[in-house]
Amino acid sequence: MEELLDILKDLHPDVDFETEEHLIDDGILDSMDIVSLISEISENFDVSVTARDIIPDNFNSAQALYAMIERLEDED
Amino acid sequence: MLFTSYAFIGFAALLLLLYYALPKKVQWPLLLIASWIFYLAAGVENIVYILTTTLTTFLAAIEIENLARKQKDYLKEHKEFTREEKKEYKESQKKIRLRWVAACIVLNLAILAVVKYSNFFVENVNGILRSAGSEKRLSFLSIALPLGISFYTFQSIGYLVDVYRGTVEAQRNFFKFALFTSFFPALVQGPINRYGDLSRTLYEPHSYDSKTVSYGLQRVLWGYFKKMVIADRVLAGVVTIVGDVGTYNGAYVFAGMFLYTLQLYADFTGGIDITIGLSESLGITVKENFDRPYFSKSLKEYWRRWHISMCSWFRDYLFYPVSISKPMQKLLKFSKEHFGDKFGKRVPVYLSSFIVWFATGLWHGASWNFIVWGLCNWAVLMISEELEPLYDRFHKRFPGYSGTWVKIFQVARTFMLVCIMNLFDCYHSISETLQAFGSMFTASNWNVLYDGSLLNIGLSMLDYVILAVGTIIMFTASMLQRKRPLRDSIAELSYPLRFTIFFGIFLIILLMGAYGVGYDSSQFIYNQF
Repeated sequence: MEELLDILKDLHPDVDFETEEHLIDDGILDSMDIVSLISEISENFDVSVTARDIIPDNFNSAQALYAMIERLEDED
Repeated sequence: MLFTSYAFIGFAALLLLLYYALPKKVQWPLLLIASWIFYLAAGVENIVYILTTTLTTFLAAIEIENLARKQKDYLKEHKEFTREEKKEYKESQKKIRLRWVAACIVLNLAILAVVKYSNFFVENVNGILRSAGSEKRLSFLSIALPLGISFYTFQSIGYLVDVYRGTVEAQRNFFKFALFTSFFPALVQGPINRYGDLSRTLYEPHSYDSKTVSYGLQRVLWGYFKKMVIADRVLAGVVTIVGDVGTYNGAYVFAGMFLYTLQLYADFTGGIDITIGLSESLGITVKENFDRPYFSKSLKEYWRRWHISMCSWFRDYLFYPVSISKPMQKLLKFSKEHFGDKFGKRVPVYLSSFIVWFATGLWHGASWNFIVWGLCNWAVLMISEELEPLYDRFHKRFPGYSGTWVKIFQVARTFMLVCIMNLFDCYHSISETLQAFGSMFTASNWNVLYDGSLLNIGLSMLDYVILAVGTIIMFTASMLQRKRPLRDSIAELSYPLRFTIFFGIFLIILLMGAYGVGYDSSQFIYNQF
C-alpha cells in the first residue's frame, strides 16, 4: 500500500490519498493521470491492468486501487 | 423528419398517446416500430446500413458471450489444470473472442468509411495526382449519408466491446437490440448511448406518471426554445459572414465567431434537450450530454462538460485501449530511457491523445478543417499539460491569485479559445479559416461593430433584440441550474405562475421562432455527423 501511495503522491502531491474516496467522481484523477498510474502500477506490481479494469469503482480511492491490484495479482 | 417539423410533433404526440394507452408489454415494440418509421422516413434505401450493423453486432456479441461461457465451463471441468495451463488456455480463448470483436468493428467501420469518407479519400488522391502532374482522376461516389450512421455505429461498437469486457450481458432478443441501435430520439444527433445505461429503462414497462411526462415535455419545450428562437435565428448572420470571407473579414469574423458559438450551443444543446425530454416523457433515461460547458475554466474541463457522451466514448474505447496497449508500453520504456522519467512517461499518453483527437476531428466531418480543429484542441491540451508545473509554481508564489475575478478571467479565456478553434468548424476550408482568423489582426474595420453594418448580414434590429433576450434567458437558466434543477423550482410555484411560464415560453417559440413564409427549417448541426 505504501508503494501505491508513493506513486499517487508523485502524481498529485497536494491530494490526501489516504482519505480521498472520490478521485474519479470529483475529477481529481483525469484520463492522463490514469494512464500514467497504470504504467506505474504495471511496472511496480507486475500486473497487467486492461481497459476493462478502468472503471470509477477501481480508481476512486487508494484502497480501491490496491484491492484491484491484489485481485489482478491473484488472477495472474 | 426534422425535430422542428410539424410532422415530427404530430408523430411524437401520437406515439406518446399510444405508448400510455396500449398495454405496457407493447411499449418497447411500439418504440421500435416508431423508430423504424422515423428511420424509413429519412430514406428507405438507408435501412440496409443500420440493419447490417445491428445484425452483425447482435450476432457477434452473442458469439463472444457464448465463447466466454464455454471457457468458464471448460475451466470448471478441468480443475486439474495448473495455474500456467489455465493462463495459457484463457489467453488462447481471449484471442478468439478478440478476433470476433475486431472482425465486427472492422466491418462496421468499413461501412462508415465508405459512405462517409470515400469522397474525402477520392478528393485527397485526386489532389496528389494533380500535384504529380497526372491526368488520371478517381471519380466521386454518390452515396447519401445514412441518417445517424456515426451515432449508431459508435453505439454498436461500444456495446460489442462492453460484452467482450464482460461489463454488460449480450442482448439475445434481436428486436430489443434493434431498438437500442435505432432508438429514434437519439438517432439523429446522439447522445452516443451506452447499452448498460439505456437498457435499464428502455425495455421496462412504464406506467403513466404525470410528473415524469410533464418534466419531459418541459425539457422538450426548452429545447425548442433554444433551437428555434436562438439557433435558427442566428443562422442567417453566420451564413452571411462565413459565406464570403473576402467581404466579411476582420471585425465581421470577430462578431461571426461569437454568433456561431451561440448558434452551435443553442442548436446542439437544444436538440439534446428535445431528445432527453422526449425520452423522459416515455419513462426512458438518456444520460446528460452537457454540463454547462461554457462555464469551464480550462479546455480540459470544457471537454469534460461538452458532448460528454462522445468524449467518454473516445476515452473508454480508443484512448485507454491505445494508451495501455503493448506497443505503447514499449514506447514508454523507450521514451523513459531517451527523454528521462518525467517527460518520457508522458510521450505515449500524448501520442494516444493525438490519435484520439485526430479521430475526433475526422468523426466531426470528412474534411481537413475538422482534423485541424481536432489537432488544435490536442495541441492546446498538451501545452497546458506541460505548463501545469509552471502554473503550480505561480499559484504557490502568488496564493492570492484565485477568487471570483480570476475564475471569471479563466472562464472568459477558455470561452475565447473555444470560439477561435470553432472557426475551423464553420469555414469551408483551412485556408479560408486562416484568412478569416488572420484578418482579425490586420483589418481596420472595427467600426462595423457599432455603425449599423451588422444590420446588413441578414439580421435585423429585432433579431438582435430577440437573440439578446433569448441568450439572457438561457444564461439565467444555466446559472439557476447550478444549485438545483430548475424544473423542481418551477414545480413549487403556484399553478397560475407555472402556467404563465410555460405558456410564455410556448408563445415566445410561436411568435419569435425563426420560421414563417419562405423559412426552411434548418437541420440540426449535428445531424450531419
